[in-house]
Formats: sequence, structure tokens, C-alpha cells
Amino acid sequence: MLAVEITDLTKDYSVGFWRKRPRRALDHVSLQVEAGEVFGLLGPNGAGKTSTLKILLRLVFPTAGRARLLGYDLHDLRLHRQIGYLPENPYFYDHLTAEELLRYFGQLCGLQGPPLRRRVEALLEQVGLTDFRGVALRKFSKGMIQRVGIAQALVNDPQLVFLDEPMSGLDALGRRDVRNLILQLKAQGKTVFFSTHILPDAEALCDRVAVLHRGRLHGCGELRTLLQSRASAIEMVLENPTDEVLHALAPFCSSTVRTGARVRVTLPRESDVERCLEVVLRLRAKLISLNPVGMSLEDFFMAQVGTPAEHRGEPEPKGS
Amino acid sequence: MKPESSSLQSGQVARRLCALLILGAFAALWPLQRAINREREKLPPTAENLYFTSGHLLRRLSLGYNGLLADLYWTRAVQYYGRRRLAHAAHYPLLGNLLRIATDLDPHLLIAYRFGEIFLAEKSPEGAGEPEAALQLVRRGIVANPSYWRLWEDLGFIYYWDLKDYPMAARAFETGSERPGAYIWMKAMAAAVAARGGELSTSRLLWTEIYQTAQGKDVRASAVAHLIALDAAQQLSQLNQLVERYRQATGHWPRSFEDMITAGYLTSVPKDPTGVPYVLTPQGKVTLGPHSKVELSLLP
Amino acid sequence: MISRIKTIALHTYKESVREKVLYNLVAFALLLIGAAVLFGSISLGISQMFLVNLGLSSISVFGLLMAIFIGIGLVSKEIERRTIYNILSKPVARFEFIIGKYLGLLLTLTINTAIMTVGFYAALFYIQRHLVLADWVPLQCIYFLLLEFAIVVGVALFFSCLSTPILSATFAFCVYVIGNFLSDIRGFGQESGSATLQKVTIVVSYLLPNFSNFETISRTAHGLPSPPYLVTANTCYALLYVTILVSASVLIFETREFR
Repeated sequence: MLAVEITDLTKDYSVGFWRKRPRRALDHVSLQVEAGEVFGLLGPNGAGKTSTLKILLRLVFPTAGRARLLGYDLHDLRLHRQIGYLPENPYFYDHLTAEELLRYFGQLCGLQGPPLRRRVEALLEQVGLTDFRGVALRKFSKGMIQRVGIAQALVNDPQLVFLDEPMSGLDALGRRDVRNLILQLKAQGKTVFFSTHILPDAEALCDRVAVLHRGRLHGCGELRTLLQSRASAIEMVLENPTDEVLHALAPFCSSTVRTGARVRVTLPRESDVERCLEVVLRLRAKLISLNPVGMSLEDFFMAQVGTPAEHRGEPEPKGS
Repeated sequence: MKPESSSLQSGQVARRLCALLILGAFAALWPLQRAINREREKLPPTAENLYFTSGHLLRRLSLGYNGLLADLYWTRAVQYYGRRRLAHAAHYPLLGNLLRIATDLDPHLLIAYRFGEIFLAEKSPEGAGEPEAALQLVRRGIVANPSYWRLWEDLGFIYYWDLKDYPMAARAFETGSERPGAYIWMKAMAAAVAARGGELSTSRLLWTEIYQTAQGKDVRASAVAHLIALDAAQQLSQLNQLVERYRQATGHWPRSFEDMITAGYLTSVPKDPTGVPYVLTPQGKVTLGPHSKVELSLLP
Repeated sequence: MISRIKTIALHTYKESVREKVLYNLVAFALLLIGAAVLFGSISLGISQMFLVNLGLSSISVFGLLMAIFIGIGLVSKEIERRTIYNILSKPVARFEFIIGKYLGLLLTLTINTAIMTVGFYAALFYIQRHLVLADWVPLQCIYFLLLEFAIVVGVALFFSCLSTPILSATFAFCVYVIGNFLSDIRGFGQESGSATLQKVTIVVSYLLPNFSNFETISRTAHGLPSPPYLVTANTCYALLYVTILVSASVLIFETREFR
């Protein structure tokens, strides 16, 4: 079953005070997420990530296109029993304690009595706030608020969790906690759909990603295939190579970078590796390493985002 | 693009239901409000209350909005007058206070002096019948607006019509005529009032002037009514003189106007300014016809 | 649905109780009634009437201030601080949220008015040294005030679904003021003599909430109860008008986008 199914989603906001002009936040975006996946929605600020999430959570309404979650219509309240949502930079009622907040949201999800109490206990334990359960939220730090936010997103034990920039504003420790949490959810078989502009997070967590830029989809697929299909190369690192060596390698390599005593040579074609190795052996150069390199997500991201947005006629890369 | 079918349906149902509820509730509100209005009118009225009786106190409390508040109080005075007038109440116990508060709040609210004075001075039931209070109001107006000659004119009228104090009226007209911008007839008025106070011709002069200068439709209509009454009064007195001459000549009262026409005193049956024939009583008195629209009661 | 509405209502009540503003206003009202007791003991003879007038007026004023400010604050704050995002991601329909909010605010005001009423009767007892059966009349007036608050909260809720907090407060206050002068406005239209103006004023006077229906303070001060028919009619009026306001709020809220 598809957890998320987005077809041709388009959203125009009208901007301007007197004369309303439409501004396109999403432009015919289509993507699909399988149940059990960890899916990352990538893109720079203002790319349309939050808009996508807000449409899926019926906070804004699409101008055109359709979306279904877990096979349900977006407005179906049965759906909302099975999803959780952490907004970007969440804010919660100052006057409540973490425990009260979770109880409130739990009640909204239909929990009550002992099951509600047990669930709240478990969540506080899970996000490590058991010791702060009775503290008013106004005294919480940013990281603690984020944890409360994650806890409330999970209060109904959802099948599908949306996290909008879950790592933003957190220190290294907090980020590691959130990563572990996402991996835990994955291990439980939940679908996690999160947006981020921090690429290492996505690289570490996602099964598949989609790249959004200026409201358009610039690629969607498994991280490995997405990167490998674009480019791959072999990287050879030599120590103190003589000019003769470098000269002999020159016809095969696309770039040579010298860092102190070492030189990194990039070979675009795999078929050239053998001949290059022969050269190295023949001239007795000192080989440090020989590695195949995929394009990093960052490279891919830059390559996509760097492309001018004017190529309107170019067909959109569609999700797998 | 076709909207998500079932999603919008559930939203649409809620919205339609709301719209229906709103319309239905408004439809039910209409008769209910009418019933409440009827029911509230049936309640015995509690004594009307002025929470504040001092304009000066209110001025402090108005935090600088005294001009606006003065307008409000003036409007309240007008509405109070109008409402009681419509309800045929013959007394206006709060009118003087409301006007005083309005003018305390804004001493330059000339309209409150000028029209307030008329409401106050007019005899009951048209007005409060408080010429002394009207006099005070206008006097305070004159103190606050010494160069405005119209207030002197109003003062003169109060003396002239309501208090019948012709020497004071004449003095008021005269003082007013010395203010900048005063119309020339203020002097004539002063002279006329002083010389022949209370005569009909002076009244005519006054009302003609009012008719010519007044802007309000009601005021002009009132001036016309006064002028008609004056004409009728003058005609009546002339007719009565004729009847008296007839009696002196023939030794008996005329039985009808026809007698007088055959005797050559009249050329036709006389009619009042609204076109209704006069009536000759057997006692030899000429009066208005029973359906005449002339209001002699307007005259002093 | 009912349990979710109840949850939201109770949460709203809890939130407003934890807002310190509420306590201040209650304290202030109690202080005012204390002043009434003091003044009442100085000006002999009318102390009781004066107390009833002042006590009921201050219940009215504080209730209204609370109705407007809490009514607007609690909804627009949810939108402004984006806590609404979390609520709507839960299995809560938008209309449930609005109705829950409304009932929560009403609950707050009712409890608040009840506290002020207790204070009022304590002051009355203090002055008279006893309470007689005829002293129930102010209760009727307080009931009317409560109906009025119910409408004002609805007005505040309606505007806060539509606009920013400051504008909403201004609008709600304007509606309250105009609603109090509706009978005057209609009278003005009748006296104006213009047929169009007359029609417009009549339509306006039926369209806006007519708060002068609930105006019984000065009658109450003279110990005059309102007839039972008026109690029923006013209750129906408030119910109908609240239905209108809440439905209109839902209508707006259903289509509102939270960006």
C-alpha cells in the first residue's frame, strides 16, 4: 500500500496587500511513498517542503491536484487517527506541563483512562523527558520542546509520521537523538516522511528522497540509484608522484588535486583503471588508495538546485 | 482540475449546514425580535435617569473627547424631545439638563443653543414651556459666543413671544444689531418692538424675515403657518369691523354674508388664506370655517 | 465528536484560568463591589439600590471585557502561535475545534460570573443584614447578562476567525456598542422621514445582535422583575444568535488556510 500518494499537486498563494498576485509555491508535484519507508523531502528554504506538508495535513488547501494518505482522503478523520505531525519550529501552550500537553493531545486522539496514562508514560520515557514531566513548557529549551513535539506526534501510535525540519535548531546530541528515534520508528515498521535542508541527515536516514526547488520536483528516488545514475568515478590517491607519473596519467584523468604531499586523481571511466595501475606500478609511484566514488548527495543537490529554473520545456523527473 | 471528490464533500456538507443554520436562525430572529420589542414596550417605564447631571464633571471624564460627547448629548436631547413628542408626552423634564450638559461639554455648539432654546421655550405640548430655562441657555450661549448676533436675536424672540416683555425684547434686538455681521433689520425689529410691541404687523415683519432667511424646511413651513394665521387674524378683524359698521347702519346684525353683499359691504363670500369660507354667527361674529386649516392658536 | 469538543472546551477553560488576567479582573470587580458597600453606607436610604446598580453594572462591564479579550485572545493565539497545527493534525474536525473553543469560553465566563454573583450577594447581605425572597430579582438580571456575554463571546470568536487580534477586539467592541444603540438607531431612522434610511436602519437593527433586549439593570435596581415571557424570548434570542455566530465562525474557519 502507498503511504503517501501525491498527484500533480499545485499550490498558489496570493501575495500582496491590495492587488493580489498568485505566487506558485508548488508546481505539479507528484510523488509516492511506500509504507515502511523513511522518505526525505529535500530542498533549500522556500522550496515548497512546508507547503507540501501543510497540504497533506489540511492546513492549507491545494489549488490543483490530489493527495491521499494511507489510502484515505485528506479530510477523512479516520486517517488522522493514524498519522502524526511535528510542525516546523513547534510551539506549545506555555501554561501546560509536558505531561498535560501529551494528555490533552491523547484525549483528542480518543485515548482516556489507564491506556492514556500508559501511553503518556511511554512517550515521556521514549523522548527522555520523564524527569521534566511536571515542568511548565515555558521553561523548556528549544531541544526539549522539539522532543515534546515528537512525543505529541507519536501520541496516537501513528502508522505515518510527518516531521517538518525535525533537526533544525538542535545541537549535535539532540540531532543524534532524533536520528535514533527515526530509526526506531523505521524498525517498528512506520512510515516516516520528513523534510530537511540538512543533507547529511537525509543521507544517514532516508531510503528515498525527493528534491524540491522553487516548487518543482527535481528528482525522486532511492538515494543510491539517484546518485549513481548521475555519475560515478574512481578516485586514486598518490603520495609524492613525480611529474612523469602525472604526465603519464593525464590522458585518463578528469582532474588532479594536490593536497600537501598527496595528489587526488579522478578517473571518470572504470575501464581506464587497469592501465593507470600499470603506469603506477611501472613508474613505482606510491599508491595510497583506490576507491570508487558515488556522487555525494550534496553534489547532486547542488547540480539540481544550480540548474536554472527556466528550463520549462524539460520533462519533470518522475518518482520511481 | 477536479477537486478531491469526497474530501470537499465532507467540507461542503459542513459549510452548507452552517449556511442553512445561519439563514434559518435569522429567519426565526425576525419575528422573535418583533415579539421582544412589543413585550418591552408593554413594560411600565422606569423613571428616566440622567447618570450625570454636571457637564463639567462629564467633560473631565470625557478624556478630551468632549466635542464628540457634546454632539452625542445634543443628539440625545433631540431624540429625547422627538420621542416624547411622538408619544404625546406634554412634559420634557430632562430636556433642559441634556441641553445644559451638551453646551457645557462644548460651549460653542451653537445649534444646541439656537434650537434647544426653541424646544425649551415653546408652550406645552410643542415644547417644554420653560422660557426662563431657555433664557438662561441663550444667555450662557451669549457669554461663550459674545460676537454671534443670532443668539441676541433668539433672546429677543424669547422676550417677545414667550415672556411678552417688549422693552427687554427691544433691548436684546438692539444689542444684537450692534454685533458684527448682524442683519440690518435687527435694528428695525428693535424699533418696531419698542414702538408697537405685540401688534400683528410687527409679527408679519418678523415671520416674513424668518421665511426668507431660514434654511430648514420645517422652519419655513412654520413661518408660512404663522403668516397665514396672521393674515387670517387681520382679515377677521377687518370683517368684524365691517359687520359692526353694518349693524350701526341698519340697526341689526347681518344674518349672512349675502345680506352684506346686497348691502354693498362685500363683493363675495370672504375666504380665509387657505380658501375656506369664513362663517358668520347669529351673534354677528365672524369666525373661521369649521374645516379651516388656519391655526390661530399659533398667535400670541 | 462530543468527547473531543469536551476536551477542547475543558482545555480552553484551563488555559483561561491560568491566564492571570482573569484573576485580576475578578479581583477588580470584587473591589468595585467593596466600594459600593462603602459608598452605600455613606449615602443612607438608597444604599441598596445603589449597590444593585453598581454591582450589576460592574458584573456587566467585567464580563464584557473578559468576553471580548479572552474570546479573541484564545483563538487568535492558537493561530498566531501555530498550536492550531497540532490540533488539526489530530483527528479533530475544524468545526469541533470552534465549537469546543466557544463552549470553553462560555464555561469560563459562566464560572467567572458565578463568582462575581456570589460576591454581589455577599455585599447585599452585608448591607441588608439579611436576604429576603424578593432579592432573587438581580439573579434574573445576571442571567440576562450571561446571555449577553454568550453573544459577545460569539462575536469575538467570529472576528478572531476573520482578522488579527487588535482589529478583532475593535470590531467586537464596535458591534457591542452599536448593538446597544440599535433601538435608538431604528428610532432615528423612523424620525428621519427618509424611506430608504428607515428600511436600512430596520434591517441593520435585525441583523446585528440587539443587546438592549437584555438591558434590565435599572429596572432590577427598582426591584422590578421581567415577565417570564421575556425570559423565554431572550433565551431563544441568545440561542439563535449564538447559533448564527458559531455557524459563521465555522464557515470561515473551514475555508481558512494556515500559512
